[in-house]
Amino acid sequence: MIKEVFNGSIKNMQIMDEDGNIDNSLFPKDLDSKKLIELYKFMNLGRAVSNKLLALQRLGKVATFAPLNGEEAVQAGSAYAAEESDFIVPTFRNHLPFIIRGVPLENLFIAVKGYEEAYSSVLQKHLTPEVIAVGSQYTQAAGIAFSMKYQKYKNAVIVYGGDGSTSEGDFYEAMNFAGVFNLPIIFIIENNEWAISVPRSKQTASKTLAQKAVAAGLDAIQVDGNDVIAVYKATKDALDSVKNSGKPFVIEALTYRMGMHTTSDDPTKYRPESEVDPWKPKDPILRLRKYLASNKLWNDSMEEDMQNQNKSLIDNATAKVNEAKANPKAMFDNVYSFMPETLKEEEDEALKNNFWQ
Amino acid sequence: MITNMVTALNNALDLCLEENSKAIILGEDVGKDGGVFRVTDGLFDKYGPNRVIDTPLAESSIIGTSIGMALSGMHPFPEIQFAGFSYLAFNQLAAHAARYRSRTRGNIKIPMVLRMPVSGGVKTLEHHSESPEALFSHIGGLVVMEPSNPYDAKGMLIKASHMDDPVIFLEPTKLYRLFKQEVPEGMYEVPAGKANLVNEGDDFTIITYGTMVRPAQEVVKENNLSADILDLRTINPLDESAILSSVRKTGRALVLHEAPLSFGAGAEIAARIGEKSLYDLKSPVMRLGGFSFPYPFSGDEDYWVPNKNRILYSIKKLMNS
Ligand SMILES: Cc1ncc(C[n+]2csc(CCOP(=O)(O)OP(=O)(O)O)c2C)c(N)n1
Ligand SMILES: [Mg+2]
Repeated sequence: MIKEVFNGSIKNMQIMDEDGNIDNSLFPKDLDSKKLIELYKFMNLGRAVSNKLLALQRLGKVATFAPLNGEEAVQAGSAYAAEESDFIVPTFRNHLPFIIRGVPLENLFIAVKGYEEAYSSVLQKHLTPEVIAVGSQYTQAAGIAFSMKYQKYKNAVIVYGGDGSTSEGDFYEAMNFAGVFNLPIIFIIENNEWAISVPRSKQTASKTLAQKAVAAGLDAIQVDGNDVIAVYKATKDALDSVKNSGKPFVIEALTYRMGMHTTSDDPTKYRPESEVDPWKPKDPILRLRKYLASNKLWNDSMEEDMQNQNKSLIDNATAKVNEAKANPKAMFDNVYSFMPETLKEEEDEALKNNFWQ
Repeated sequence: MITNMVTALNNALDLCLEENSKAIILGEDVGKDGGVFRVTDGLFDKYGPNRVIDTPLAESSIIGTSIGMALSGMHPFPEIQFAGFSYLAFNQLAAHAARYRSRTRGNIKIPMVLRMPVSGGVKTLEHHSESPEALFSHIGGLVVMEPSNPYDAKGMLIKASHMDDPVIFLEPTKLYRLFKQEVPEGMYEVPAGKANLVNEGDDFTIITYGTMVRPAQEVVKENNLSADILDLRTINPLDESAILSSVRKTGRALVLHEAPLSFGAGAEIAARIGEKSLYDLKSPVMRLGGFSFPYPFSGDEDYWVPNKNRILYSIKKLMNS
């Protein structure tokens, strides 16, 4: 006898289409117009910051940087849906969660200039530093979720990762761990179709990334990642679910990397511009603006005010990053909780003999 | 031809693939993109996707699959995009690649050339500037090479491709395009395990490799010093006789590397000089390396990597003690 013992499926959710039309049956009740406008502003600020850092990098004022252009809805919709007490574990591209959590813009800029000061107060905001080593964030996030549960806190963990990162073993190990211990964690897969030059289709033979969760016994959904309302709802629902049932959740958000991988990358080498074009009308910011405008929640003068406000925030951060200087002595102060004799000797020798002049 | 290190390496890989139909390149972005530093540029077009392979983003599997290929008749050239990400494959290297030969009394060989960019100085993100040569050398069973110029890079890579051992081939990012050199068009080998005396003098010996060779040469030249400079080229196994014969001549030794000072390759070299040549020494062996903690964010890197000030300071200390 042969009988079916398992059968899984993945659903895709879209609430707002490319023209800003809404599926009212799915519209999240708590997302009032004030919140929608706030989300819109965050997405715009995120893009403006990304553009500015790109410009500063080209001028040699900051170092390598991963732009988030085109991926604002995934990052803003999810980070905005979280409570401040929920932990967020971001990757090198997730600058918007920092902005939404209220990390001063200049800190983001200073991180890109290459100074550790940028991260000196992230934990208080329930954030970890941006993770560069692809995939390593997942198991750590599962550990944070374990810790939250163990300490009987009511908060959850949101961990981000790219489509490419789902190929790393840590991704599977983290989902597995989270499933076994029923941890309050949401994995948000920011599927932007590319891992540097490698397309999603070459990353896995799996039809969706979300379905990988099913194998680990987790709940999963795929959403239109350029639809900030769908991302918001999926995250909000998942947060409620993981906090109540404890069953971890994977959200695969379909979006697109509109620009280069990082400022060191040249995408013309491996992807034709014609592949990018169809994504332009799907722009997540444009889409929300259409919705807001057609519902009389937004107009040109509000747009102008917002742009001016963003500019002054960014100018302020730029001034601060231009002033930021290296502090070589500080490198020695936080290696251990104590100062070993041998390290003190290295430091004293450096200071006494002007190694850094 | 006059070329930089990237082109020399690209040319070496081309010759290796041409020579051996069982040789393949695999790694992240090595195909169409030609690698993030363009070391494999053009090879995808020439040899196709079966021989120049973009793998899924997973370092442990890049090395694990390479080991499987190597023990069953192929000669893989895996690339890890930056040495800082080789830690994800450390188990495959330390627990398997390094041990297959010894645990089968020589029956199973792992001919594989693992290339990866190392060291800093080019303002990259975290983990992109590591110098992990001592970690790999400490294991035993892995040959660890690191060229300092285009000529050696090509000849050493070709030599590595002809060996029956797992070779960790470290390519200093900073040197990829720093300078050009005359490099022969065809096949040639630079011997493994042989240091290169790149400067000759009488008063002291600098033993170094990789990114530190050039600054050492510059300090010696700019200050009219008389010194032997040994470019190790292969870090494991060490060319102990070249080290000892120079130190016996000059009586003073400075070991210099970019990697953190404590527990680095310098400690091994200094210990060997102490064990075998203590009575030839006029002063204690000195070491200079990066400070004894992980490579900082890029803003502070110039303060961490040994600079010419620090090299000169160490030489003075060596001469005056
Ligand atoms: C462990 C590890 N391997 C390789 C890299 C180099 N690298 C940085 S980002 C990246 C691609 C990541 O793709 P994806 O996970 O889809 O994220 P995206 O860049 O698209 O946001 C690679 C290969 C790295 N940072 N860490
Ligand atoms: Mg991606």
